[in-house]
Amino acid sequence: MNRLLKIIFFGLFIKPLVTIGLGLNIVGRKNLPMKGPAILAANHNSHLDTLVLMSMYPLSIIHKIRPVAAADYFLSNKFVAWFSLKIIGIIPLDRSGKTKREMLFSSCHKALDNDQILLIFPEGTRGKPEQISRLKKGIYYLIKDRNDTQVTPVVMHGLGRSLPRGEALFVPFNCDVIIGEKIKHCATFKEFFEIMAKKYVELINCCITRHDED
Amino acid sequence: MNFIPPHSLYAMLTVLGLLVVASTLRLLIQKRNPTKDYTELKQRIQSWWIMVAILFSVLIFQKLATVLFFGFLSFLALKEFLSIVPMRQSDRKVVFWAYLAIPIQYYWVWQGWYGMFVIFIPVYMFLFLPFRMVLIGETKGFIKAAGVIHWASMIAIFCLSHIAYLIVLPVKNRDAGSIGVVLFLLFMTQFNDVCQYVWGKSLGKHKIIPKVSPNKTWEGFLGAFATLIICGGFVAPLLTPLSFQQGLVAGGLISGAGFVGDVVISAVKRDLKIKNSGSLIPGHGGILDRMDSLIFTSPLFFHFLYYLVY
Repeated sequence: MNRLLKIIFFGLFIKPLVTIGLGLNIVGRKNLPMKGPAILAANHNSHLDTLVLMSMYPLSIIHKIRPVAAADYFLSNKFVAWFSLKIIGIIPLDRSGKTKREMLFSSCHKALDNDQILLIFPEGTRGKPEQISRLKKGIYYLIKDRNDTQVTPVVMHGLGRSLPRGEALFVPFNCDVIIGEKIKHCATFKEFFEIMAKKYVELINCCITRHDED
Repeated sequence: MNFIPPHSLYAMLTVLGLLVVASTLRLLIQKRNPTKDYTELKQRIQSWWIMVAILFSVLIFQKLATVLFFGFLSFLALKEFLSIVPMRQSDRKVVFWAYLAIPIQYYWVWQGWYGMFVIFIPVYMFLFLPFRMVLIGETKGFIKAAGVIHWASMIAIFCLSHIAYLIVLPVKNRDAGSIGVVLFLLFMTQFNDVCQYVWGKSLGKHKIIPKVSPNKTWEGFLGAFATLIICGGFVAPLLTPLSFQQGLVAGGLISGAGFVGDVVISAVKRDLKIKNSGSLIPGHGGILDRMDSLIFTSPLFFHFLYYLVY
């Protein structure tokens, strides 16, 4: 039932909205992992980010794409919680720091064990429009002990213009989705983040809706 | 579905025939050099098939469908343009109004209200957009933003809406019907692009504006110019209310204007340091990459026709 609702929601609303209301300039589509376990690590500027990333997948496997999202934000009210958990299929993550690290990612590991694809926003929050903030460490602890899972970096640009944080008016703009190659396993946290940061800069330079003056 | 006037039907069949030739040639070339990668050429021709299929179905379906279709193209073109130019975050609310101008402009087109159609964007929107910007109150970068948003509206809404107005003009050439003029404009504009390419590839030596578009040569331009004049003379009386002599001028006008539109959009892309304005049409790039010449040919051809015949 929920899967049907999900297919209706994405097929009838989100996919048309993303293709007509927005319009994507996709670069590196072949790098998009189609099979789990896998992780997409994207920058985060708008609520649309999640929907755009999910809309790139065919409806037949859309239930396997699981955005990891802040529990304090998305479970705060009953309707939003139902919608986020059942229709979008988020994996709630406790940002408060009260949960122990081993327990924190248990549902993420479960999803990866089931060959699902996680969407993670390593910045942890949407931040200022069209700027990339510092990356948080969580993603590294998640993949550290998993040999079966690799991280695919994704940079999106332009969505912060269509629907920035705190604005209700949607304005159509094309946006860039640049998908990079998978990142090899790294021994240390520092190495991983250096590579991620470098990849992000590389991918940003492929954007056509971005300008140095911004 | 309406009955298709004979001359327009022949024109459509000719275009389909040309596409069959292009596809066959592509297959033959591929067979000769099986090692070379022709993916882009293949994509380009496939996209042509799809564009022609959509356009023809819309044209033969209904006048209203044609007006709505070009309104939608205006939307895509405006969105693409505003996405690639630098813009302040505070301008999104103004841009929202620029989008709203699309249904209004195409409503005038559908009503056939010529007076409003020609001044709505150049006068009313021109005055309204900076007014809306003042209400937001961000003065840093004001002039530039006002210029960019109005320029975008002129290119994507005003210029392109002339194609749709052609279809609501009263029919003067009964054998071609209302769609004949649209077919003439679109075919001649695209044919001009092809001719410039072919003449330029085979004879091209002297560059016209190397700073903007290094591939454009005098030989390509003049070859296409001559071809289009002759073509215009013979095709115009079949598809439009124009005579043979008027058709010669129309051909030259479309060739010259098409060249200018092409290089103007090239200059925009060069300024922004991008190659394509989008990736909507595989093998072609974005919608502006495909419609660059049309932005200039549509209003000029329209007013030439309007002055002489209406």
